[in-house]
Amino acid sequence: MDSTMRTETNCETPTPPGPPAIEFTGVSAGFGRKPVLRGLDLMVGKGEVFALLGANGAGKTTTINILTTLLRPDSGRVRVSGVDVLEHPDEARRCFAVTGQSAAVDHCLSTAENLMLLARLSGLSRREAKARTVQLAERLSLGSFIDARVGTLSGGMRRRLDLALSLVVPVDVLILDEPTTGLDTRSRRELWAEVSQLSSEGTTVFLTTQYLEEADALADRIGLLHDGRLAGLGTPHELKARVGEDTVAVRDRDGNALAEVPTDGTVRGISAVLGSLDPDYAEAAVTLHRPSLDDVFLSFTSNDEVRPRQKPVG
Amino acid sequence: MTMHPYSPDPRTSRLSTPTPTPSAVTDALRRSRPRGLDVEAVFIGRSLRHAVRDVESLLMSIALPVILMLMFTFVFGGAIDPGGDYVNYVVPGIILTCAGFGASSTALSVANDMTSGFIDRLRTMPVRASAVITGHVAASLAKNLFATAIVIVVAVLIGFRPTATWGEWFAVIALIALYILAITYLFAAIGLAAKSAESANGYGFILLFLPYVSSAFVPVDTMPDWLIWFADNQPVTPIIDALRSLLVGTEMNGSGIAAVAWCTVILAVAVGWAARLFTSRAGRR
Ligand SMILES: Nc1ncnc2c1ncn2[C@@H]1O[C@H](COP(=O)(O)OP(=O)(O)OP(=O)(O)O)[C@@H](O)[C@H]1O
Ligand SMILES: [Mg+2]
Repeated sequence: MDSTMRTETNCETPTPPGPPAIEFTGVSAGFGRKPVLRGLDLMVGKGEVFALLGANGAGKTTTINILTTLLRPDSGRVRVSGVDVLEHPDEARRCFAVTGQSAAVDHCLSTAENLMLLARLSGLSRREAKARTVQLAERLSLGSFIDARVGTLSGGMRRRLDLALSLVVPVDVLILDEPTTGLDTRSRRELWAEVSQLSSEGTTVFLTTQYLEEADALADRIGLLHDGRLAGLGTPHELKARVGEDTVAVRDRDGNALAEVPTDGTVRGISAVLGSLDPDYAEAAVTLHRPSLDDVFLSFTSNDEVRPRQKPVG
Repeated sequence: MTMHPYSPDPRTSRLSTPTPTPSAVTDALRRSRPRGLDVEAVFIGRSLRHAVRDVESLLMSIALPVILMLMFTFVFGGAIDPGGDYVNYVVPGIILTCAGFGASSTALSVANDMTSGFIDRLRTMPVRASAVITGHVAASLAKNLFATAIVIVVAVLIGFRPTATWGEWFAVIALIALYILAITYLFAAIGLAAKSAESANGYGFILLFLPYVSSAFVPVDTMPDWLIWFADNQPVTPIIDALRSLLVGTEMNGSGIAAVAWCTVILAVAVGWAARLFTSRAGRR
């Protein structure tokens, strides 16, 4: 990990090259007199994977509802692929596909019939739709329950179908609200692979998640939504660097912390730290601790004025 | 440390866009809109599947009116009309009760689609999302006409002797269809208005009582004065009178025009109300 990255902590990440796929400008929205978004500014570049994080009730789903034309904001502007969502909702709807937070599938129909329905609604002919259904079922391993009535499926299977429905036709922007909640490890990995693949083909992916390792693994950039605005924005790497530095932790056999010393993470830095330790600690265990996205999340979404920083102890 | 500790496994990353060119970075991918009335066709197909698969409610919408008819004819019939001719009187009322009952399930279907997020998904697509209502209404119309036909067959079996000509039969079917259409649309609007599927069912229930306070089962002039006023001026009475006149040749007395007018008004109000609800309820589950 090079130390030059470390010094960039004071500037926001510059917007990625290329025309923005998603643009929020000064978006405010609320329910009744309760504000949820307060002047949200956000730009997602083409082909980027962007993860929006935030506590429960922070407004992630509200943001997605605005983006997908379900909710009109009180003020501000939103564009998808350059199309104004508020002025030309029907044109904007042609640019994205979305899977919402709760499964929106037809329980009376089978998996195949659900896929067929969505394909037909996406403008495919009956024959194209049939071909696409077969293709999707195979590629997303829905085969084992392709003819089962959706009402008889498990929650995770239903969710996988729900996600497949947003992949029926290729679009510029794929929007996923907590896509992997309720999925088993294999399905989750498959979805991650899917998202990476689509992203490498140029699809922009905008997702929310409560699994920080997911954001870490998938996202090019992360935005932390707090108090109606982005409280933090950057690559996972940058954000971690901003909440704290690497530390060398020394523990005894029972796991009690004996010392925690900040370091720059280089071989030289760590050797220096180790050399300066009390010789009594020679038998103790040493680990290098790096701020995790958990630390980032807790730090950026806390209401305290003073953000928690790791401090050396011992 | 790499930025993406998770690199996609080539064996699992199998889904690519169906276009043959892998580098789709260049052009905007916009989905096309379905052509013409494709959307309506798709949703009618969907709702018909629902209707056929929900065997319980299909059976109920046939069995209930049949039981009602048997009960009115054989249990109350003797007391109401000792001549044994009551079945000829009661059939139009049973048909409307049957239609109302069958149509009320539309409220449930629509409310389900609202709360499940299905309609919200449609609203994020470049399609006429309101066509989902058209689908439910069309399927309900088909289902209820079928149920009505069975009710009439059973009625004939237990002694119903209509005197209608072909032309009058045609008018009967048209009027019943118009009534089913109007009331189904009304139930669809109720389904949109309701906060949950359960309450949709509850609101709908109130409407099902209208036939009882009309000329459906007993002549209006046997009721107390204040009820006569209501029974005379509510939509079900002229529709019943018109059907009865067409089927067994009682006096029409302008009830035909009143019936068509009522149905048209209900339909227009329901369509307008549903359209307003459909747009105003977006994203507010
Ligand atoms: N239909 C609604 N009516 C009133 N308030 C709402 C409605 N939908 C959301 N809210 C409120 O808006 C706020 C943001 O909700 P939102 O669903 O966007 O949160 P979220 O970030 O998606 O949370 P989660 O992580 O739990 O999904 C919450 O305080 C919620 O109570
Ligand atoms: Mg949410």
